[in-house]
Amino acid sequence: MPSESETLLAIFGMAAVTYFTRAGGLWLARRIAPSERLSAVLGYIPGAVIISIVAPNVLGRSPSEAIAAGVTVLASILSGSLPLAMVAGVATVWLGRHLGAF
Amino acid sequence: MTSEVRFDLAGMRAGAVASLPIALSVFAYGCVFGLLARQAGMRMTDATLMSSLVYAGSAQFVALGLWISPLPIGALVLTTLVINLRHLLMGAAMRPWFGALPPLVAYGSMFFLVDEGWALSMREFARGERNAGFFVGAGLPIFLAWVSATIVGFTAGSAIRDPAEFGLDFAFTAVFIALLVGLWRGRRDIVPWVTAALVAVAAEHYVPGKWYILIGALSGTLVGALITPRTPKGPGDAE
Repeated sequence: MPSESETLLAIFGMAAVTYFTRAGGLWLARRIAPSERLSAVLGYIPGAVIISIVAPNVLGRSPSEAIAAGVTVLASILSGSLPLAMVAGVATVWLGRHLGAF
Repeated sequence: MTSEVRFDLAGMRAGAVASLPIALSVFAYGCVFGLLARQAGMRMTDATLMSSLVYAGSAQFVALGLWISPLPIGALVLTTLVINLRHLLMGAAMRPWFGALPPLVAYGSMFFLVDEGWALSMREFARGERNAGFFVGAGLPIFLAWVSATIVGFTAGSAIRDPAEFGLDFAFTAVFIALLVGLWRGRRDIVPWVTAALVAVAAEHYVPGKWYILIGALSGTLVGALITPRTPKGPGDAE
């Protein structure tokens, strides 16, 4: 387990940069208006970050994970609910592992 | 338009009421964070402190993946910064409501900038709401739900000895897949997303640690920049 001092340092560091991003956008906008092109480029960041987290956990693992990922996408589109989509994905992985079918 | 903007208790109350259903779903999501924080080996006090001060779901989930001893503090802070860069855009979009308010109120309010509360407020602002207090009012229940759910999830986690047995190790991936579905904007996302996914998979294979997240994300964003048409910007089209 990481020590308490390094844990606090990490949390305060994360909190500081996060607040910087929260206040920074308004701070900048009160001075200059961002160009349309920059806005468009920044708009790619969230999706690119999240798919980079997800892809290695889905591709090249067992088929259970790949199928569960598909089920999660479907459940998310159909229900529009994050917790429901999560339950569907977890249940699929659980089924896959217990049945040993895929 | 800016002259009509107000910031008062009535606006805050309206925001709080409107965000209650969202707070409920954030509560469920926060329980998952508490649960996974325990699995990652965090102390409950630290998990609660992180939820209160950092208060950023995606960044906190990613941090759990980096929670090893000794802590890679530089990578944690840098990854958090990159994941949260989207806030810059979101904050900039709120200039019509917060641009003319006193700095203390405006920048204090920005602590509550999270995806869900921001999206709700932008919808209300687009419908003609002129009370900037709405945004802070919407943020409060979401904040309380997130912090209390961290404690509840962490406490409930003790009942579950082997998360993999219940497929719970997949909860983390499932949450991100659901977030990703919500971020889908159409065909223009295909090439950047496929690039990011392939680069991340390759980087996870060849690069030690969790750097694949940053490498994949920067590759995807770079491709997004390359396919964004260059618009000539005249002096008059700033607003």
